[in-house]
Amino acid sequence: MTGTGSIGRRLTFLLAGVAALLSVLSWGMVTGLALEAAERTQDNVLAASATTIAETLRSEQGQVQLELPYSAFAMLGAISEDRVFYLVTAGEEMLTGYPDLPVPQLGPPSPGRVVFDTGNYRGAEIRMAMLTRLVLAGAQPVPVTVTVAQTRNGVDAITGELSQLAATLAVAFFLVAVALSFFAARTSLRPLNEIARAVSRRGPSDLRPLRRDAPAELAPLLAALNRLMARLGQSIQRSEDFIAEAAHRVRTPLATVRVQAEIALRSIEDEAQRRRLRQMIRAVDESSRSAEQILDHATVAYRTDDLARDRIDLAELARQTAKALEPTAAMKDIELRLETEPAEVAGDAVLLDSALRNVLDNAIKYSPEDTTVRLTVSTDGGEARMAVSDQGPGLGEGPAEALTERFRRGSNTEGIVGSGLGLTIVDDVLRAHGGRLELGRVKKGEGACVTLVLPLA
Amino acid sequence: MRYLLVEDNLELAEAIASRLAMDGHAVDHAASLAEAEDCLATADYDLILLDVMLPDGDGRAFLKRSRDRLEVPVIVLTARSRVSDRVDALDEGADDYLTKPFDFSELEARCRAVLRRRGGSARNEIALGAAVFDPMAGTLCCGSSTVELRNREIRLLEVFARHPGQILSKGQLMDRLFSHDAEVTENAIEVYVGRLRRRIEGKGVRIETVRGLGYRMDTTAP
Ligand SMILES: Nc1ncnc2c1ncn2[C@@H]1O[C@H](COP(=O)(O)OP(=O)(O)OP(=O)(O)O)[C@@H](O)[C@H]1O
Ligand SMILES: [Mg+2]
Repeated sequence: MTGTGSIGRRLTFLLAGVAALLSVLSWGMVTGLALEAAERTQDNVLAASATTIAETLRSEQGQVQLELPYSAFAMLGAISEDRVFYLVTAGEEMLTGYPDLPVPQLGPPSPGRVVFDTGNYRGAEIRMAMLTRLVLAGAQPVPVTVTVAQTRNGVDAITGELSQLAATLAVAFFLVAVALSFFAARTSLRPLNEIARAVSRRGPSDLRPLRRDAPAELAPLLAALNRLMARLGQSIQRSEDFIAEAAHRVRTPLATVRVQAEIALRSIEDEAQRRRLRQMIRAVDESSRSAEQILDHATVAYRTDDLARDRIDLAELARQTAKALEPTAAMKDIELRLETEPAEVAGDAVLLDSALRNVLDNAIKYSPEDTTVRLTVSTDGGEARMAVSDQGPGLGEGPAEALTERFRRGSNTEGIVGSGLGLTIVDDVLRAHGGRLELGRVKKGEGACVTLVLPLA
Repeated sequence: MRYLLVEDNLELAEAIASRLAMDGHAVDHAASLAEAEDCLATADYDLILLDVMLPDGDGRAFLKRSRDRLEVPVIVLTARSRVSDRVDALDEGADDYLTKPFDFSELEARCRAVLRRRGGSARNEIALGAAVFDPMAGTLCCGSSTVELRNREIRLLEVFARHPGQILSKGQLMDRLFSHDAEVTENAIEVYVGRLRRRIEGKGVRIETVRGLGYRMDTTAP
């Protein structure tokens, strides 16, 4: 047997095969027994018939005489409609009957014993019973042989009937057995299916051991599964810890550099040196933004592989994300204006928050001071639309879709820190949720209008 | 304002502390969670800046433990973003978080947002002559009239309030007002000063131009 295919089907086939074998065997046995029983009955009646005829043998004036009793044939007729033949010989001389009946040639007949044989007569198979008896004819005992024969149609008919009945029963038995084996296979595989369901129902990061009762045969599988999940959890935890530690180690000194540069900027008057310090701060921001976006991009890819499908109200999500970015907007005196209506979608809240954050971050980053960024959540024909529009310079002339390419930045980014991964992340998140990103411009204005479109839950 | 800075990297801690001191804030430094507990037991703070990775434990675990008895708002300093950090600091009870390295004007903006949400305390108020300025709430009160200032106006006024009587150059004002990646001209400072002047007119506070040098606040006017 190969490793593929269904255990259930294999089990069903195996059990059905056994059932088929048993059915055929039982049919064969019943047929055989029926044949034997029918033959024995015929033999007994033939013997009785021959004996009855032999009973009437007597000798009269040195001649062997007999009377063919009606009962001898009646009993044969009672078992079937078969033709009956007989032959009685005294020594070499035939007394009565069918002279050409092929009597059994079985050596010297022993008186008083019935001998059976099968042969062919007049184009039909016959069964014969032969009985020899010594009759005193005068002074000499003469061996008289009585042979009674019958065709075998009756026997065949009875065995045929019985065999047919047995076949019907066997087929019925087979069908019941197949149904039962199908059921048995299903039932015995149910715990396996339950384990599979329990595993697949889990959230993407749920690696707790499975705690459920399983049949003894499945216990090793369950234990192995739990060990695997524990190991997986550990290794994920280890890489999580590693990333956290690495980020911490790299970014803490960077933070020191940045703060020190800011302090120096405060106390230095020389314009050339101040420009150097600003460049230094920019470089720090540039590298930290890139590191952050690259890590986020990787995390997004990992999380979309096995997407969580929680119910999320985009209006609530928009409120929270906007609140988180409020201080950033306030730094440029940008007003964040929010207009929402409830819109439920299914997805990963962390990812959707990150997508919206990137879009809002762009709107704030590329807009001039003292402007308004508008965030609206609406629904339209089975879709939720989160639109962010600003009063900034817009997305430029080229095809806007190119901006979703990795590390692609627009031509308007002079002096503005960024890695070019923001819209890539947004696009990836939306695609994973079955949505899309629409990049356009504000009607009757210059600003960009970026819309996150998601299917409603 | 009085900050408690919980950060185990001494260089960074020292830098943040001197930077905050430049704006007239007091900073206590704790290098571990245990030290932080000691500080909290002995002094009152307006805000805690909490690093998440500390030698004696996770800053977030500390937050979770002490959230109920802690009145002080907490801003968490982390090295990772919300997406790549599996545990969300905000869920653990932080008021906000900042990723290292950070811009001080952003720290300021976030502190302001947190404190405004929590309701500022009286000790943040600065008397400017007859008027009272609350840089956290962003209000300037004089008698019965109150003006609500916008962010940049607050920051501008705060710079003047922290340096009473001092002449501040346009360059100095620029550093305090704009993040360093934005290319701003000294023109912008003139625009903002002009706007601030109009907003606080009649509140007993005036910004005067000192020719060739910059600006100075005068709180003696009627
Ligand atoms: N609201 C907007 N107004 C003007 N230009 C925009 C806007 N949003 C995006 N862009 C343009 O699209 C480009 C790609 O944006 P994206 O967010 O992917 O990268 P980024 O902002 O440069 O870097 P980061 O990864 O740091 O976000 C930007 O460089 C910018 O030119
Ligand atoms: Mg961006």
